[in-house]
Amino acid sequence: MSLTKAERTVILSMWDKISAQADAIGTEALERLFASYPQTKTYFPHLDLRPGSAHLRVHGAKVVAALGDAVKSIDNIAGALAKLSELHAYILRVDPVNFKLLSHCLLVTVASHFPADFTADAHTAWDKFLSIVSCVLTEKYR
Amino acid sequence: MVHLTADEKSLVSGLWSKVNVDEVGGEALGRLLVVYPWTQRFFDSFGDLSSPDAVMGNPKVKAHGKKVLNSFSDGLKNLDNLKGTFAKLSELHCDKLHVDPENFKLLGNVLVCVLARHFGKQFTPQAQGAFQKVVAGVANALAHKYH
Repeated sequence: MSLTKAERTVILSMWDKISAQADAIGTEALERLFASYPQTKTYFPHLDLRPGSAHLRVHGAKVVAALGDAVKSIDNIAGALAKLSELHAYILRVDPVNFKLLSHCLLVTVASHFPADFTADAHTAWDKFLSIVSCVLTEKYR
Repeated sequence: MVHLTADEKSLVSGLWSKVNVDEVGGEALGRLLVVYPWTQRFFDSFGDLSSPDAVMGNPKVKAHGKKVLNSFSDGLKNLDNLKGTFAKLSELHCDKLHVDPENFKLLGNVLVCVLARHFGKQFTPQAQGAFQKVVAGVANALAHKYH
């Protein structure tokens, strides 16, 4: 599965708006993840995950920054996220099912912040992009 | 059975009362067919599904989306007995329609995205959490009679 030219354009055009609120969006996506799928909290016993916590903001910012790296190298997401891919495979070992959950929560966050931009086309492009990112992050698991 | 707290029940019913069920149904079904095009396999008789615009504007998609969401709406009135409420529909989806239950999960998540788009900030993480429980419950109930 790879992104069409049109899908790349959609993502690039929305990225400016998203990155302008990067921290808020990352934080909110994580809040949504923990509210809807409490089992995902098991990966963060070392963090304060209460809404509004500094830990949540820092981690949310990290997640969106990584997505930004993927967007900037949208033609070579595997290259852009190679280090993160190793981190997830050898150190973090987050069960692959969770990437779908976070991807969904990122989509919901983007939909709620940018309703006019989140057309059916944009929805498709983002869903595909996040699927590709998820694949890259799990491709070294075994 | 879906276990919602009192707060969650009130979040769900509060938001749902503001939903235009007919329109949201059409939008959710349309987006399912656009974002996950393999789901079009069930709708050969719907005519033109060749582009996102064609899908979202297709009158059969809108009509069917309306039907689906009105049925979902009935479920919301019976959260304590979703399996009973959807028993007949479950048999229909298995025996006559031959729909993989995975599709119920896909549609549920698309519906959550559509609600987020409509409600913006009001669709808080807590509201989403409540709706995720509901859509999971409905998906399970629709799969319950499969054999």
